[in-house]
Amino acid sequence: MAKPLVARPLDRLPNHTYLRRQRQYVLINTVAGQVHSILAMQSSDNDLTRRTFVGVTVGAATLAASIVEAAPAGAALQGVACSLTINGQQHKLLLEPRVTLLDLLRERLHLTGSKKGCDHGQCGACTVLADGVRIISCLALAITQEGKHITTIEGLAAGEQLHPLQAAFIEHDGFQCGFCTSGQICSAVAMLKEAQAGMPGLATVAGRLRLATSPDTHAALSDDEIRDRMSGNLCRCGAYPNIVAAVRSVDQLQKKV
Amino acid sequence: MRPFTYSRPVDLAEAIHTGQRQPQSKYLGGGTNLVDLMKMGVERPAHLVDITRLPMAQIEERAGGLHIGAMARNSEVAAHAAVRRRYPVLSHSILSGASPQIRNMATIGGNLLQRTRCYYFYDPGYTECNKRTPGSGCAAILGYNRIHAILGVSEHCITAYPGDMAVALAALEAEVMLRGPQGERSLPIDRFYRLPADTPNVENEMQRHEIITAVALPAASADKRSYYIKVRDRNSYAFALVSVAAVLDIGAGNRVRQARIALGGIAPKPWRALEAEEALANQPAEEHSFRNAAQLAVRDARPHRDNAFKIKLAHNAIVRALMAATNEPV
Repeated sequence: MAKPLVARPLDRLPNHTYLRRQRQYVLINTVAGQVHSILAMQSSDNDLTRRTFVGVTVGAATLAASIVEAAPAGAALQGVACSLTINGQQHKLLLEPRVTLLDLLRERLHLTGSKKGCDHGQCGACTVLADGVRIISCLALAITQEGKHITTIEGLAAGEQLHPLQAAFIEHDGFQCGFCTSGQICSAVAMLKEAQAGMPGLATVAGRLRLATSPDTHAALSDDEIRDRMSGNLCRCGAYPNIVAAVRSVDQLQKKV
Repeated sequence: MRPFTYSRPVDLAEAIHTGQRQPQSKYLGGGTNLVDLMKMGVERPAHLVDITRLPMAQIEERAGGLHIGAMARNSEVAAHAAVRRRYPVLSHSILSGASPQIRNMATIGGNLLQRTRCYYFYDPGYTECNKRTPGSGCAAILGYNRIHAILGVSEHCITAYPGDMAVALAALEAEVMLRGPQGERSLPIDRFYRLPADTPNVENEMQRHEIITAVALPAASADKRSYYIKVRDRNSYAFALVSVAAVLDIGAGNRVRQARIALGGIAPKPWRALEAEEALANQPAEEHSFRNAAQLAVRDARPHRDNAFKIKLAHNAIVRALMAATNEPV
């Protein structure tokens, strides 16, 4: 189990090889958002003072200093206590409010199955389930998910027994490079439940795009409907035909059609 | 992203109070636009008031219409039986927008406040943007402006409204319910949004610390023939180049009793084609009338270098939406 992490205030910044990489990253990217990763580092033998930190990151000194000054009374940089259940395991965390659910999963809990594709809600690679509902974890601040049960790709299988959608993606060769796959599978798991619960989609009926609101939620989804309902997950390899086949097979299996 | 503090009040009064007390605060809904804009450095709040768990997510029939709590998720509204039965154009518009994952997160109130997708606004690397930095100029007017507006623009901003749901709400003449430090009020959605004129940074009539509490759909707009068309570069998960919500009331002799037409993607706000609506009254509900109306709707269009195609596209989309609406059940 990953250790709960403590966001440290700036005057107790740790030194760490990762921190050195991050410094470089700040220098290169001048993206203020990366600083939270530094602040979130744990375990250190050699804490830096805030002064040292600003001094070391010479090129980024202006940026770092402005970030420090922009922080409202330093309070934002302290962790806020937050409890989350991830893949059935409860985590009590101290979270800096800027940390997205995706960064929490990947950077702190080392659940790297959820992928950071675009980090802007445009690709779906970071799709996870929150209380069974599919969301994109890159635009969800972790702290807003307090109390929820998050399921990632790592939490779908029951021991060695793959989730039917995981098995179907293998069976139907539903990927090429695999980068979008965990998002595709999480998305499909929730999508089939949504459809069975009566969530409408859009589908072309008699040449016209209409609400697909079949009262018979036991009828199999058409390929057209599967494509519409899975359109929040992009696959740059273009494995779509096989992805549709994998999803279709599980839909039909569940509905026994 | 600029650091910020965070709070999650449990009731509306406390949320407003927190908003007032915390300098540079913003209310947080689903975060699908705000968090992205914060990552880009366009939005830089010092405090976020998370209002997603306030008890205002209910969808219920009221006064013959429908009352939709502002924290209802887009997907819940699209799936709601009364919405689908009585206001199907709203479901259709919501399901045309974003992705299922984003619709599961996005709230009705937050969606109304979605900001433009003008690339120059979204990227602070461009210093010129009157919306982001009043007085700095507009990079889009002389830039690449294919996605920009052709109606309602000013010399200071030519941004286009990107959303879908509010376009349907405009055609349904929805009311936006607000609550702030001064109490409650409501605005018709058409008056809720502002055109850029010489203050493109002010996008709506909301006052500081006000919260959208609900959207009310009037009984008068229920049970009409309606349709939503969205034209875009790919078939899903893309913003509209042009979208049209058409709501038709057809009376005896196949004559239009009342038409409501709203457009997305072609103006800085959901755009009511009022002249076209008036011209359709008492006309036969057929293609010839719809073509005349569409002509009126785009008559005052002012294209820029890359978006003149939107004039013809909007015209044709209006005709198609109206034709399709006549074939929809009441």
